[in-house]
Amino acid sequence: MKTEGNSGSGAGWSPRIVAFFCNWCTYTAADLAGVSRLKYAPNVRVIRLMCSGRVDPQFILEAFARGADGVLVGGCHPNDCHYVEGNYKMLRRARMLERLLEGMGVERERFRLEWISAAEGEKVKVVVNEMVERIRALGPLGWPERMGEWDREVAALAERVAVEERKQQEGEVEHV
Amino acid sequence: MYIPKKSDPIRIGFYVCHCGVNIAGTIDVKAVADYAAKLPNVVVARDYKYMCSDPGQELIQQDILEHRLNRIVVAACSPLLHESTFRGAISKAGINPYFFQMVNIREHNSWVHTDREAATHKAMAQVRAAIARVPLHKPLEVKKAPINPNVLVVGGGIAGIHAALVLANAGKLVYLVEREPTIGGHMAKFDKTFPTLDCAMCVLSPKMSAVDKHPNIRLWTYSEVVKVDGYVGNYRVTVRRKPRYIIEDLCTGCQECVNACVYKKPTFPDEFNLGLGKRKPVFLPFPQAVPPIVMIDPETCIEVKTGKCKKTCVEACGDRKAIDFKQQEELREIHVGTIIVATGFKTFDPHRTPYYGYGVYPNVYTALEVERLVNSSGPTAGEVVLKNGEKPKKVAIIHCVGSRDENTNRWCSRVCCLYSLKLAHLIHERTEAEIFNFYIDMRSPGKSMEEFYNRISEEGIQMIRGKVADVFPDPSPDANGRLIVKAEDTLMGRILHVPVDMVVLAVGLEPHPDADDVRRLFNMSCSSEGWFLERHPKLAPVSTPTEGIFLAGCCQGPKDIPDSVAQAGAAAAEAFSLIDRGHIEMEPNTAYVVEGECSGCKSCVPLCPYTAISFLADKQKAYINEALCKGCGTCVGACPSGSIVQNLFEDAEVFSEIEGVLAD
Repeated sequence: MKTEGNSGSGAGWSPRIVAFFCNWCTYTAADLAGVSRLKYAPNVRVIRLMCSGRVDPQFILEAFARGADGVLVGGCHPNDCHYVEGNYKMLRRARMLERLLEGMGVERERFRLEWISAAEGEKVKVVVNEMVERIRALGPLGWPERMGEWDREVAALAERVAVEERKQQEGEVEHV
Repeated sequence: MYIPKKSDPIRIGFYVCHCGVNIAGTIDVKAVADYAAKLPNVVVARDYKYMCSDPGQELIQQDILEHRLNRIVVAACSPLLHESTFRGAISKAGINPYFFQMVNIREHNSWVHTDREAATHKAMAQVRAAIARVPLHKPLEVKKAPINPNVLVVGGGIAGIHAALVLANAGKLVYLVEREPTIGGHMAKFDKTFPTLDCAMCVLSPKMSAVDKHPNIRLWTYSEVVKVDGYVGNYRVTVRRKPRYIIEDLCTGCQECVNACVYKKPTFPDEFNLGLGKRKPVFLPFPQAVPPIVMIDPETCIEVKTGKCKKTCVEACGDRKAIDFKQQEELREIHVGTIIVATGFKTFDPHRTPYYGYGVYPNVYTALEVERLVNSSGPTAGEVVLKNGEKPKKVAIIHCVGSRDENTNRWCSRVCCLYSLKLAHLIHERTEAEIFNFYIDMRSPGKSMEEFYNRISEEGIQMIRGKVADVFPDPSPDANGRLIVKAEDTLMGRILHVPVDMVVLAVGLEPHPDADDVRRLFNMSCSSEGWFLERHPKLAPVSTPTEGIFLAGCCQGPKDIPDSVAQAGAAAAEAFSLIDRGHIEMEPNTAYVVEGECSGCKSCVPLCPYTAISFLADKQKAYINEALCKGCGTCVGACPSGSIVQNLFEDAEVFSEIEGVLAD
């Protein structure tokens, strides 16, 4: 039962993409892709939000941390936001987040913000397929494993600090 | 009845829909149900052929009672389609409608994927997310707000007129705003209508004058909507009223001013007759114009342009004093609860198909121009004549000009085949000319349309199945302006050169060039062709994604008069059903501030486009006015301390979904 899935890099690995789609444009476009029976890669799992402006950067980091190999955010085209300008707010956050992700060694292709209107079912297909292909070429991101390593590193560091502190305290006691 | 208690443990009922073979054909629904049964908190997991059917809904209701369920997850089609159906069903069984989550495994899965194993696997991930999320759902109440009973109808063609009359007759106050100086739209330009061949104006003009006289209709012609604020039930609309240099209330439509104008003869191209006739700077657009009020064209009137006219028109108007050269553009704000958009279409500009010679050869006409020629109130008083004044002996009608063509517009404009048959009949009737109809496919669906086609073909009209490649002048010396129509007769398999005196281009229907601006104004969507998008092609064909805004007529797509009127009636009924309920129901997905956690940083305050967030200076905390909040969640996404919560989309709920879709 594993044609896609597992974050490990073993054989049969296939990218997992979490998508946050706004209710009015991109989610509807994905519905349209369905109604039009367009075919695209099954690697994307959509989470519906009312507006791309609702996308908290933490959602994106959380998705990576939970094993996503890519995150796609879909909103209405500029000037078309159902809530006037939520998409612009997301755009600003995306610019910040891109720099943060770059600093963390996440390749550009893994995070994508796209404007997809309710009429652009075709664009959903194209963007998802393109993203799957590019991420497949990059391979798994493997944040859950890496986070384990980071956790161990941090734990080891904390342990060392604690040891040092204990030593210091003992030293102080001796000194008195 | 079983009434759930707060302290009850979470008990989830899970249902996966086959949707016939729509879902079950691609996804192993049994496997999905078995999988869900093993997930935490799931008490019942079933698959059923059609969950949205009555037995499907009853199945859920029975399980709620029998198994004391307090959360429901349905994996079926898009929540945009049936979320409200299931919320209604579970609320009837006594649990809060928001203790529900829908999983879209049709539009987002079975319809877009082909690999059964991958699709089933994805469905499980989607289901897992919903089952992880739903225990966190809070009981919420639908919010109600009063609705303003007034309606705005934009566009005064047959669709707008009909919608306005239906609502006004029901006692609602209707603002009808039309861009042109008169209502009537395209239909007012037609001579006869297919398939009955009844006179267009005979049907339309009583409706037009009913609009003019109706106590519940405020008719604003020569006006445009420039701004729309607010939301369903409470729209604030700004309308620009362009100056027509005539005080509408004082003008009686006597046209003394037109007769008295310093231009003794009509000199300027007449817009209503598509430039085929002439008018003066002061004019009535056409004899039955509504409102029956003249207007002054600022581009051609000497007084408006230079201020140096003798103003014989003012003299002729005399004591009525209806002419006002100082009139200025006016912006008026109106308050309405619902809006019907009926802005219509434009006909295809055949300059884009230069091989048909429109604008080059004088006797190439568009079908709409020919409508004016055959119309007895048109520029030739109903005579179909060539530019040299002679009657044509041979006429070619070219179908599908700007329709069904990769190079221009890909869609079928639906009305051209039938109006071409109508024009063939009318031209033949007036001139006894031989008529050649060049068509790709003859499309005559609809009530009485095929019979109409048979009737016209029996009248001796030549039907040639073939797309015209070229129209060029006859090179022979005695040609006298004759044109050659070159086409392949695809039934005979030979190339034809047909000499004709007149060519009629059956131009297709297109969205207005400013459809995109209009769409933005009303927060609607356009299809890729530029037609306004309905919320659902079958289930909500006159609704738009924006609550309280409805569509009627050709702005939604090409259609004939009966369909436009039917759609206008439907749009009026939708508006009426909203108004008559007296209130609108709003999704409770608004946001609120958890005061104890707010640090008072004010980052959220400027983010809200509805100014719903204010800063309480005394407490040093942000505050959200939920009556103004529209539930986008932008402030929630931006709050650095995570102290704003959006109902239905709480952080914890979204995080559990993220975890759910990835936990495999």
